[in-house]
Amino acid sequence: MDGCTLIRAPLLHPAGPVALAERDLLFTAVLVMLIVIVPVFIMAFLFAWRYRAFGGRGRYTPEWSYSAKIDAVIWLVPAAIVAALGYLLWNETHRLDPYRQLDPGTEALEVEVVAQNWKWLFIYPELGIASVNELAFPSGRPLSLKITSDTVMNSFFIPALGGQIYAMAGMQTRLNLLADKPGCFRGRNMQYSGDGFPEQHFKALALPRKDFDSWVANVRKSPRTLDRTTYRALAAPSIGHPVSYYSGVTPNLFDSIIAKYTGGHPE
Amino acid sequence: MSLAGEDTALLPEADAYEQRAFGFWLYLMSDAIIFALLFATYLVMAGNTAGGPAGSDLFSLPHTLGETLLLLTSSLTFGLASVAMDAGRRPQLLAWLAVTFVLGLGFVAMEIREFHGMIIQGAGPDRSGFLSAFFTLVGTHGLHVSAGLVFILVMITQVIAKELSQPVSSRLLRLGLFWHFLDIVWIGIFSAVYLPGIL
Amino acid sequence: MEMRILGRLTADALPFYSWVAVGGAVVTVLGFLTVVGVITWLGKWRYLWNEWLTSLDHKRIGIMYVVVALVMLLRGFVDAIMMRAQQAFALNSDGYLPPEHFDQIFSSHGTIMIFFMAMPFLTGLINIIVPQQIGARDVAFPFMNSVSLWLTAAGASLVLVSLVIGRFSTAGWSGYPPYSGAEYNPGVGVDYWIWAIQASGIGTTLSGINFIVTILKRRAPGMRLMRMPLFCWTALASSILMIFAFPALTVATATLALDRIFGMHFFTNAEGGNMMNYTNLFWIWGHPEVYILILPAFGIYSEVVANFSAKRLFGYTSLVYATMTIALLSFTVWLHHFFTMGASANVNAFFGIATMVIAVPTGVKVFDWLMTMFRGRITFHPSMLWTLGFIVTFVIGGMTGVLLALPPVNYLVHNSTFLVAHFHNMLIPGALFGYFAGYMYWFPKAFGFTLEARWGKRAFWCWIIGFYLAFMPLYVLGFMGMARRTEHYDIAAWQPLLIVAALGALVVLAGITSLVIQLITSIRNRDNARDLTGDPWDGRTLEWLTASPPAPYNFAILPQVWDIDAFHDMKRRSVAYARPERYEDILLPKNSGAGVVLGGLAFTFGFAVVWHIWWAAIAALIAILGTAVARSFRDRTEFRLPAGEVKEIEDRRLRDLAKGGAI
Repeated sequence: MDGCTLIRAPLLHPAGPVALAERDLLFTAVLVMLIVIVPVFIMAFLFAWRYRAFGGRGRYTPEWSYSAKIDAVIWLVPAAIVAALGYLLWNETHRLDPYRQLDPGTEALEVEVVAQNWKWLFIYPELGIASVNELAFPSGRPLSLKITSDTVMNSFFIPALGGQIYAMAGMQTRLNLLADKPGCFRGRNMQYSGDGFPEQHFKALALPRKDFDSWVANVRKSPRTLDRTTYRALAAPSIGHPVSYYSGVTPNLFDSIIAKYTGGHPE
Repeated sequence: MSLAGEDTALLPEADAYEQRAFGFWLYLMSDAIIFALLFATYLVMAGNTAGGPAGSDLFSLPHTLGETLLLLTSSLTFGLASVAMDAGRRPQLLAWLAVTFVLGLGFVAMEIREFHGMIIQGAGPDRSGFLSAFFTLVGTHGLHVSAGLVFILVMITQVIAKELSQPVSSRLLRLGLFWHFLDIVWIGIFSAVYLPGIL
Repeated sequence: MEMRILGRLTADALPFYSWVAVGGAVVTVLGFLTVVGVITWLGKWRYLWNEWLTSLDHKRIGIMYVVVALVMLLRGFVDAIMMRAQQAFALNSDGYLPPEHFDQIFSSHGTIMIFFMAMPFLTGLINIIVPQQIGARDVAFPFMNSVSLWLTAAGASLVLVSLVIGRFSTAGWSGYPPYSGAEYNPGVGVDYWIWAIQASGIGTTLSGINFIVTILKRRAPGMRLMRMPLFCWTALASSILMIFAFPALTVATATLALDRIFGMHFFTNAEGGNMMNYTNLFWIWGHPEVYILILPAFGIYSEVVANFSAKRLFGYTSLVYATMTIALLSFTVWLHHFFTMGASANVNAFFGIATMVIAVPTGVKVFDWLMTMFRGRITFHPSMLWTLGFIVTFVIGGMTGVLLALPPVNYLVHNSTFLVAHFHNMLIPGALFGYFAGYMYWFPKAFGFTLEARWGKRAFWCWIIGFYLAFMPLYVLGFMGMARRTEHYDIAAWQPLLIVAALGALVVLAGITSLVIQLITSIRNRDNARDLTGDPWDGRTLEWLTASPPAPYNFAILPQVWDIDAFHDMKRRSVAYARPERYEDILLPKNSGAGVVLGGLAFTFGFAVVWHIWWAAIAALIAILGTAVARSFRDRTEFRLPAGEVKEIEDRRLRDLAKGGAI
């Protein structure tokens, strides 16, 4: 991508606290599960070798088929592991609820996200601007996304920042993210949506405060604005839509996109 | 399906009939899940009228009560048919089956009238999620009743043609299970669809 | 309104949109013509019709199921290798497949492998083996069994026909609306998908009923539930899941069809539809379905590991309870397929924990199998290799499954190739390896000669190495953020891993080739590999008491059971082949062509609805009803095999046993 280098494995090298916590949970769970998995590996190879019919040297007890002690261990150890992981799961699922606001001390930047065939529209309601296929936001400040779809079901995901959530027409989902440092990441739709699906990705730019302000200023210079007519043209299917900016947005556009599916009669 | 070499003395043993009844129970359980899921779908979508008519605008209590009366009575008359079958009284059995058939037919006719009336009012199944779910749930039950009617006709023919042999009575037993099952489903529809819609 | 006699079927339905699609159509048609031609040339139509297609013998029906499965495995694998090839090439290019062809391929691959490969494979094995293991002469409802088979065949035929006439679905094997709805997918593809799985789904529900009644009501004297072989237990669990879970699939796809045909609004974006209802319904079926596929394989592993360790199965009771616990829990976890829907943390956490709980009984099973090997005498028959490969590989899939069950981790890897790697990691070692183990273990029972072991072992090594090569890179690609179902991409770092995955698919291809060679060489050398005793592996369960292949009635005299390892116990007490004082007449199901007819009509109905040829659809429905009614008039569906003939067959059997050295 122009002007920025991608992280090779964004899930393993998170750029924000959400993705980091999600990845760490993954690592912890793997380590805990090794308590069961390593013995399985060892036993499988050891028993196959030791008790082989030709040349094996293990004892042979053809009628032995039960031991209460072993039975207890093989039920209780996995149960204990699941109990521990379950406890962890309960806490982490609540802590990492995508709807939960991050860092309540700082005011989050709110962005409204609309999935279209086959591109992403980002509306900045506080700034009155919008962009397509480029989501810029200040690093170090929470980002609060409201997400819907104006087409089939999509799934919004910026791997380096974590979280993933569906975008569904007539419904609104939420996602709270934060980038620790400035950076440029790939975001995309993860849910197959048709011919343009492979190209349905966008640039997520975490910018220093100053750069973000100049990005906003730059968007404001765009001659284009987004009203209901230009919106309809934009929403028509297109593949590999270039990054584009809108210096003005009709108020409540996002809500009206949702409402047209819930109000009964689409416009 | 060659009929040659048929051994007339050759009928399945008694436990084979018992197994068929058990298999039919399993089928009914599976069918009950279909209805349960259609009920769940209806309950989730009952409010999704999309600006169109709601249940209170469409349902009529007298009409629904009439349908209920027909179907419940038909279950009773089927019960009487079963009693006649157990007593080996063929004419009575045939008479009660015929009454059951007429009552069931009346039920289906009333349902078709209701559906027809809704569709010409512009409240067809393509009007809203609520109506899609309504027509599908009630219509699936109606299709089952219609299938039951065919089943009754087949059994009337068999009772006439084959006397009350063991295979025939085992089929009648399964028809009975089916018919009473549809009654229970209807009570569910009456209480979950029509009553909340009207009250 | 313009009415057309062929609905929306026109010459445009031929697949001239891509040369690869034309090639697929040509291969399908030529394959069909070749089969028809060879049968005609050999003059085998009458034999085929009388001995196989109209047969109600559970063993024949089971074999036909497995044949369907193996044919569809080839077709599904062609899809797989095409996808792997596309992704290996498609960096900054469109590769060789256009998107509208690639998406049909990933949709048909999943649909075929689940519904028309795995399902018929396990249904076939259950059919062949379970009645013999419980000491029965057939399933409870032999005619219904034939209907199930032919409905499955009708569904498979619809999928195959879509390759030649029209297109297949592009909505993936799960067919999520609104993408699969009429607004976004007006063509015939999704309709082919819907009616193919409707037909086979009804067949599966009937199979479930059949197996439950068979297992609960047709057991031999002394075969208490807690003496049933594990494969019977898992078949029972799987069948219970079939009748309770498949209604959800029926409802999901039927309502989707109503949306598409009658413009209803179950799952549309507007007018009060709700797509997440579909997702819920689909996975209320879909998660139990995973266990429908896997549990019978667990049963096979249990049989194989005890047999080739020459030892009693360890922890039989634990294994039974673990099986039934898994079956029960499988209904409580469906929401984990869409944690990213935006449900509350409480809901996600509940379903996450429920999912992890399943890991406990599954873990118990793995340790029970290991403890069965402990202090055994292990021989490395190919079936045992599949089992060992399964144990080692499956725990990796289990681990990634628990990761996916953690909602916050799921947010990271959902819809990525990590997910693809995970469920292949469950279903290839978890289900398919088990079916292969069963195929190689029970082949002599079905055909009377053993499969050649050398090529079986080669097949195993190619499959397992190919599996690791093909799917471990997908785990890594998931960490790199690659979405599943990606037709092309612009991130260069992905390509080397995708090339490795494609090589893995080639190694699997070598495995499949080995299976074919194994079958061919074994048939050629069958005279040297005859199984005269019916007990080639020193078996422990009742299916090894019968001849290979068994007499139509399996058991001349129903066996008396005293032990879990019933046959092993008989051999120990030297009563296995005791000759009865006299034989009795045996009732057996008569052949019936009605099953074939019903399958053909179901196919006609499906095809007609797909193309909106309404008159044909209505005619087919009436014909189905007519066939069912006509069948219901038949009271005598069995014929009597006289005791004299039974005696002749049994005398021959005793001579074979003597020749084989068993008595």
